Amino acid sequence: MGWFKRLKDGIQTATQNKKEAPDGLWYKCKSCKETSTMKDLRENYYKCPLCNYHVRIGSHDYFDIIFDGQYEELFSNLIAKDMLEFVDLKPYPQRLQEATKKTGLTDAISVATGKVNRRALVIAAMDFSFIGGSMGSVVGQKIALAIDHCLKTETPFLLISKSGGARMMESAYSLMQMAKTSAKLTQLADAGIPYFSFLTDPTTGGVTASFAMLGDINFAEPEALIGFAGPRVIKETIKRDLPEGFQTSEFLLEHGFLDFIIDRKELKERVSDLLALFAKAG
Amino acid sequence: MVFLEFEKPLEELYEQLDKIREVEKGGVVDVSTTIKELENKIRNTRKDIYSNLTGWQRVLLSRHPERPYTLYYIEQMCRKFIELHGDRNFKDDKAIVGGIGNIDGQTMVIIGHQKGVNTKMRQYRNFGMANPEGYRKALRLMKMAERFNLPVVTLIDTMGAYPGIEAEERGQAEAIARNLFEMAKLKVPVVCIVIGEGASGGAIGIGLGDRVYMLENTWYSVISPESCSSILWRSWDYKEQAAEALKLTAEDMMSMGLVDGIIKEPLGGAHSAPEEMAKTLKKHIKKTVAELKELSNEERIAQRIDKYANMGEFDYYEEEVAEETDKKDKSKKKKK
Repeated sequence: MGWFKRLKDGIQTATQNKKEAPDGLWYKCKSCKETSTMKDLRENYYKCPLCNYHVRIGSHDYFDIIFDGQYEELFSNLIAKDMLEFVDLKPYPQRLQEATKKTGLTDAISVATGKVNRRALVIAAMDFSFIGGSMGSVVGQKIALAIDHCLKTETPFLLISKSGGARMMESAYSLMQMAKTSAKLTQLADAGIPYFSFLTDPTTGGVTASFAMLGDINFAEPEALIGFAGPRVIKETIKRDLPEGFQTSEFLLEHGFLDFIIDRKELKERVSDLLALFAKAG
Repeated sequence: MVFLEFEKPLEELYEQLDKIREVEKGGVVDVSTTIKELENKIRNTRKDIYSNLTGWQRVLLSRHPERPYTLYYIEQMCRKFIELHGDRNFKDDKAIVGGIGNIDGQTMVIIGHQKGVNTKMRQYRNFGMANPEGYRKALRLMKMAERFNLPVVTLIDTMGAYPGIEAEERGQAEAIARNLFEMAKLKVPVVCIVIGEGASGGAIGIGLGDRVYMLENTWYSVISPESCSSILWRSWDYKEQAAEALKLTAEDMMSMGLVDGIIKEPLGGAHSAPEEMAKTLKKHIKKTVAELKELSNEERIAQRIDKYANMGEFDYYEEEVAEETDKKDKSKKKKK
């Protein structure tokens, strides 16, 4: 499997784009607390080699895993604008600058087009490391543009969600991105172009309550946190403890909101199978 | 009458007025000129207060305990109205009400958040915080409206969708997302009006339409000022600042181009003259529905999707320009 080797060598993605994955020689698992080498972790698709915990990774890591080698990034020239002159503990532009510096990304989503086992696919993938993967105008616009691109080229759309929800610093603008992305998705549905929604840890708030739940197929990584309200908010509201496994992928599968859960190792094959099965006859 | 904190000067004047009325009842002294003066003073003070409301004060007004809610407006506006219950799947949510009614000859489906009018009813209505079945009831009624070619009117007044265990189990997020998707392509006219609080997903879950209006003293935001304060400032004490920062008033929303209009409230807020408010609201609904009926379904849907597709503000990053300006002032932004 050629693509496996490429992942190992990290040829396709510049190192600065891989900031989300832990650096250094050793990796200590957040889940089982055991230590393994970074090399083993990378070779294991950024899953803990011992307990299979799926480490949070960035958009470009997913591009590397799913696409056949090369891919072309789209709409990377969009950047956020501080329309409201929003200041909380820090001014919004400062937050943006710090996020850009930390991640080397321009906002919380990247869009790319490429091939998956020789079938075309457009992927929009979110980055949690950029202000909690929050959805502001740029995220909404990139999704809208990605959908337009899919419509024009008749290409299926995969959206990888990883977000705390709407971006408060853009207030109502960010709220309206829920309406915007959902409205745009109706065009994809009308055109008969498949939309696959892949939910990863975490997917909450306005992102879950819009495009993430609207896939023709909704699927998730194991043990991801997925929900509308955050667990802390729910706990404060109902004033009792939450049941074990609440708001995990497995919980959502059980309650009928996901089609299946997929291990990151099998992600590419599954996406490829979906593309093959949904491909128009003839 | 319930006076809010910023209405203190008014409360004092009203107290004085009451005292003088008592004197008048005694009939010994002629106080009619004093009463007139006081009434004038009240009018001016009210004008003063209400022409300089801060964001936070609007939030307080939108939550005024005497403010009219959805069912009051429906009762005032409709000659006939039948409330319809249930999502046909799980149960009837009391925090979202809806039904079929007639406003001056035009039958329509009206849906809205409903808060309780007293302590007992507030609990019964779950404080206007809907569960998934509320959003699904709303969608069921909208789809029915579509089948019978009836316009849809939604009245928004919620501090958010309910954050509970059962709400998550039954897919609060899916219910809201589904409504957004379906409302975007509903074949009939959709008019949405914020009549009180417009908090986040819970509000927009019945709030995507051809025209979105806000009453003058309402707010619409991605999060309530209290929650925003607790998350961004890590304390509940910054709600006033948060209310300003979020730019959540009707005027702000209008200037951002995210709503289509502001509906004037009577001086002193909707609760000070609810009948007048209902009349104004009815006039707006009638006019808007009539306008929207002029368009074909296809045109209306295309315009609706276009409207939302254009929402959002961003810049373009251009590397060459950035490199040049980088040398000068480190600014990496270039205006559109």
